[in-house]
Formats: sequence, structure tokens, C-alpha cells
Amino acid sequence: MEQLIIFAVLITLGYTAGTIAERKHYRSINARESNFLNLPAVTVKNALDEDAEIEKVHLVLGSVVVSIDYFKRFLAGLRNLFGGEVKSYETLVDRARREAVLRMKEKAERANIILNLRIETSSIGQSANKRQALGSVEAIAYGTAVYLKKKG
Amino acid sequence: MVLTNIESVPGKTIVEHFGLVSGSTVRAKHVGRDIMAGLKNIVGGELKGYTELLHDSRKQSTERMIEQARQLGANAIINVRFATSSVAQGASELYVYGTAVRVQ
Repeated sequence: MEQLIIFAVLITLGYTAGTIAERKHYRSINARESNFLNLPAVTVKNALDEDAEIEKVHLVLGSVVVSIDYFKRFLAGLRNLFGGEVKSYETLVDRARREAVLRMKEKAERANIILNLRIETSSIGQSANKRQALGSVEAIAYGTAVYLKKKG
Repeated sequence: MVLTNIESVPGKTIVEHFGLVSGSTVRAKHVGRDIMAGLKNIVGGELKGYTELLHDSRKQSTERMIEQARQLGANAIINVRFATSSVAQGASELYVYGTAVRVQ
């Protein structure tokens, strides 16, 4: 009986705190992405003009580790029984990747373009209840920031 | 020392190649951080402790790679790639590798 109560408390805590945190995070991500509309990050290596005058170049990297809440992990555990898309984890990985790209762009504020963007995700740590479920995800985004000489 | 993850340094030409250079760090987690992470696993959200830990390890691996390139006489590293993998219970290895070159 006690275990069931603890479980219910954790689930509710996970659900409420998790949903609030996720909405706040998405709002922050959307706001910051609109600041960086002038700094494109492309996955190709040769997006510059032939005669572009380059002032400097350097590698930029952004990384974040995001954890999932108890309620979502419970949902995903149920999914494991029936198969299909695990939508609860999709938002986790999406948040982590977008946050990593934003942090990378924040390191290259006055650059003109970021070339050869690469994003890598890996799972970190185990969950609190020691089962095989995923605990948290690390996403890194890196690319080459190019600063062109100012014209005029 | 310039680092890029494309096959050249834009605006400069490569005059000499020194081959592969790499740096790696294996870091184990901290008990205190792990307890915090355990709590965060209930409510979700960013694990700042782990983010900083991995960020510092990555910086250290990059510095080791730069040091190796400097000893070869290079002044730039092109085609830099990162890799993370877990090697033991609670420890992960951060590996950075690239091609050391000299540019003018």
C-alpha cells in the first residue's frame, strides 16, 4: 500500500513539475531562436562565395544534458509493452538538440554563418529506479563559425 | 591554434599535413551530482551538474589535442570530430580528433 502511495506521489510530481518545466523551456527556446535568425547554421561545408573575405574562423560547440521526468518514463514503460512511437521521449530529444544548437550560436554571436553543423546525442546515466529506462540525454552541436570582413 | 570542422581553414591555404591528433578524457560521475540527478529524474529538466562536467571534460580533451598538434609544429586542426561513449559503470570517455596542419 505504501509503495503505491509513493508511486502516485512521484507520478503526480513528475507530471506537474515536468510539464511546467517543459513549457517554460520551450518558451525560452522559441524566444532565443528568433534572436538568431540572422545567423544560419548549415550542414554543408562550402556555403561561402568564392570571393568572400574572411576575417576569422573558429570551432564553436554547445552542449546540454536534459533529464526526463518520472511520469514520462512511466508512459514510455507502458509503450514498451505495446510498441509504437514514444512521443514522450521525442520532446526530450528535440529540446536537448535545439538547446545545444542555441548554445553553440550564443558562442558565435557576431559570426555571419556556421558551416558543417553536426549534432550528436548520447544517453547519460541511469534512471532513479535502476531499471533499464533512459535517464537523461546529452546533445552536442558543433560547427565552424565564419566571420566575414565588414564591407565599406 | 585554429580549429575547424570542415576540410580547410577558410581564407588560408594548407601547406603541410601532420596527420591525426586526438585528445581524450575519461570522467567518472560525482556522488553528490548523481543524487541531484536522481532527483531531477523525477521532475525532469536540465542537469546542470552533468552539463558542466561534460563541458569541462570536453574542454580538457580539446586542450590535449591542441597540445599534441602544437608539439608536431602545426598551427591549425581541421576536420575536428567529437565522440562520447560510456566505458564503465558511471564513467564516460570524451574523445576529440582532427587532422593537424600548417596553414598560411
